Amino acid sequence: MKILLNNRKEEFEMDSISVSKMLLLKKFSFRMRIIKINGVLISREKYDSTIIKDGDNVQMLYLMSGG
Amino acid sequence: MKRGHKVILRYSIGMSSKNSFKMRFSDIKVHLSKFRVGIAGAGGLGSNCAVALARSGVGTIVLSDFDVIEEQNLNRQYYFTDQVGMMKTVALKENIARTNPDVFVIIHQKKLDKLNIPDIFSGCDVIVEAFDRSDMKEMLIETVQQKMPGTPLIVGSGMAGWGKNETIRYRKIDETLYVCGDESTEVSEDLPPMAPRVGIVANMQANVVIEILMKMR
Repeated sequence: MKILLNNRKEEFEMDSISVSKMLLLKKFSFRMRIIKINGVLISREKYDSTIIKDGDNVQMLYLMSGG
Repeated sequence: MKRGHKVILRYSIGMSSKNSFKMRFSDIKVHLSKFRVGIAGAGGLGSNCAVALARSGVGTIVLSDFDVIEEQNLNRQYYFTDQVGMMKTVALKENIARTNPDVFVIIHQKKLDKLNIPDIFSGCDVIVEAFDRSDMKEMLIETVQQKMPGTPLIVGSGMAGWGKNETIRYRKIDETLYVCGDESTEVSEDLPPMAPRVGIVANMQANVVIEILMKMR
């Protein structure tokens, strides 16, 4: 499947993957983040149950402490 | 252009110069006075952002913070030595009144949580995320995006240390979520938050707020 990840094209071998699996495959280990799929915010507790499909627009934002 | 030629800077609402009427700063101020902006946190980001918005003429600013000013805050936060020990919200209201007394400032001395955020910021046209802790940033973003759909939220993320101007950026994720900062540096003992980078991000956030409000009717 092909998705948009932060406005860049990304390809995965599977037809669909969970958010958790995508983070693992992409080695995104930093914990504090916001993820939106097609404009909908996905809370942390839904990373396992939320499935990313072909054509999805995934936006990720890292939250760094400081302010 | 000839030397000495009088240049009048004019601004227009929206992206297109066609069909949009031109505005001087006095008109911009009148337009901005109609709006209400919420600021979550009155530390380095919140205090500097609030003052920039007040100087620009934003009508109402809703401030929420539960902290007291400490001497170590003065390296970046918009407070003065004689205000150490005061509640940040009270001191910031005072400082705003000294820069633009026309701004109506509403203060809440509360620790923000999922339950009180929608009440405290109800009626705000835009909300600025100005916390220091990343878990609080996450909580605020989730709450505003889920409980206050449609309200634009301007997040600050990544501003520790000094230098590296080229890494500080602005990103619009969608119509309701905007990010200012380098999205990579985290505050630590050897990478402290300092006035220049915190001030840059706070003012970038204020700049995004104004850009959004100038397109609102």
